[in-house]
Amino acid sequence: MSELLIVEDLTVTFPTTRGPVDVVKGVSFTVGRDDTVGIVGESGSGKSMTSLAIMGLLPRGARTSGSIRLDGAELLGAADRDLRRLRGDRMSMIFQDPLSSLNPYYPVGLQIEEVYRAHRGRSRRAAREVAIAALEQVGLPDAGRRADHYPHQFSGGQRQRIMIAMALVCSPALLIADEPTTALDVTVQAQILRLLADLRRQSGTGMIFITHDLAVISSIATRVLVMRRGEQVEYGTAEQVFAEPRHDYTRMLLESIPRIDDPTNDGVSA
Amino acid sequence: MMARYLAGRLAGMVLILFLVCLFTFLIFFTLSPDPAVLICGKTCTPDRIDQIRGVLGLDQPFLTQFFGFLGGIFAGRDYGQGANLVHCAAPCLGYSFQTNQSVWDMVVERLPVSATLAIGAAVLWLLFGIAAGLLSAVKEGTWWDRAGMGLALGGSSIPNYVLALALQYVLVVQLQVLPFPQAVAFGDDPVLWFESYLMPWIVLAAGYACLYARLTRANVIDTLAENFMRTARAKGLSPVLTMRRHALRPALTPITTIFGMDFAALLGGALITEKVFGLNGVGKMAADSIAKNDQPVIMAVTLLAAFFVVVGNLVVDLVYTALDPRVRITAK
Repeated sequence: MSELLIVEDLTVTFPTTRGPVDVVKGVSFTVGRDDTVGIVGESGSGKSMTSLAIMGLLPRGARTSGSIRLDGAELLGAADRDLRRLRGDRMSMIFQDPLSSLNPYYPVGLQIEEVYRAHRGRSRRAAREVAIAALEQVGLPDAGRRADHYPHQFSGGQRQRIMIAMALVCSPALLIADEPTTALDVTVQAQILRLLADLRRQSGTGMIFITHDLAVISSIATRVLVMRRGEQVEYGTAEQVFAEPRHDYTRMLLESIPRIDDPTNDGVSA
Repeated sequence: MMARYLAGRLAGMVLILFLVCLFTFLIFFTLSPDPAVLICGKTCTPDRIDQIRGVLGLDQPFLTQFFGFLGGIFAGRDYGQGANLVHCAAPCLGYSFQTNQSVWDMVVERLPVSATLAIGAAVLWLLFGIAAGLLSAVKEGTWWDRAGMGLALGGSSIPNYVLALALQYVLVVQLQVLPFPQAVAFGDDPVLWFESYLMPWIVLAAGYACLYARLTRANVIDTLAENFMRTARAKGLSPVLTMRRHALRPALTPITTIFGMDFAALLGGALITEKVFGLNGVGKMAADSIAKNDQPVIMAVTLLAAFFVVVGNLVVDLVYTALDPRVRITAK
């Protein structure tokens, strides 16, 4: 079976007053259907820019080179019309802060409905049924009533569930989750991770999971890409990367994970 | 919840208006020259002054006078006694020292002029201000944006009377495309009515339009940078829907607040514009009464302005709760 997403030698350049700066430098990786690729790196490593480049959502002024193919179709340089048709339908994205990522002025149900209507063009009523089903699927209790509530009326974990429902409402082939649990409490993080993993498995969606937390990656990804300052420092299967990291930086990241069986761990967890 | 909230707000409004009344009255009681002398005029005798004092109640202590005035608003009041008795029906604001006209009648006569001026100007400034601000925001950093905002800055710096005189000189005197503004009723000659109000509308709207353009631009640019705008694009919504649904409402809602306050203040009279164009509105009435120390009229225009500001505040707060779902009414 062919790969779902092939990223080859992706470079993203921003013009600055001191000349062009490469924020992503020659990154290559693939995402299979029914596969999860983790992208790990610290802030400013270029992991978010990589995902925005795939979605075609880079800030104005950014230049790109290389190749990004989704189902064999080239995305870099594609017309905005064509990209728009893919966004929210074939590929969708979940962001770090669910509160600011939802529009405070509209009920959450409407914000899910509009994705479905934009791509399927169905009636308001049909879209509403789909939206409520999507909310039920992510485990939101009393979805039919709560669809009429506004984002500020939900908890952080519930808001991220709503974002997930919104991202999955058109059953995309590719889901990009950009630090989806960073803004959440630790207990809620685990619930959201499990939900994402379960839904992904049920729908057979390919996923890119972006995080700065290697511990999270180890539980969810089959392949791992480690980035640092825009460069790809390590790329391989999760077992490879965790068992025999080839790069010092990866080793350093791995050693920074607190372990419960580590004698040097004094019980203060990070 | 809503009823309790409204009751609380109304009580607050009444208190504020009462205090405005009290302080205005106090200022005139202590500072202004004796009204009886003003009314008495040239052929004046001490007896006549005493007589006027008696009729107006000016020989009474402050609180008696003050509550006499307040009582007149709600129940009407009588001036003088016996054969000279004059009954002033509620709402009684007294009689002008200058013209002896009922102040309430003057307000009723002039308020429509100020309202017409305010409404026409508001339509103009909302239309042009918001449109220019939107265009500038969408084309941020381009020459259009810079020229527009430069013009807006310059426009909001031009005093009303300068713009008024310049417009009159160009449009009426030089080009003769407009007649000189005349006091004509809409029903008598709609075209002349419109032509007469056009310049005052433009002059009054110009400053506000410039201000609203800058405000709209700033709000839209801030909104476009919000995370939820990125979400809207990530969902594959059309640019029109992204802009219309997701950007406009958050960007324009705060402008409602400012508009409500500005508009309410204008209902209390646009002093300079009315004076320059000779429009017989509340603003001109205020200017004239202050110049001539016509105390009952000054009291009335002050109260009227305070009334509109206070009511405008309440309306703005109620409208805001309807527009922004995050704001909900909670009774104190």
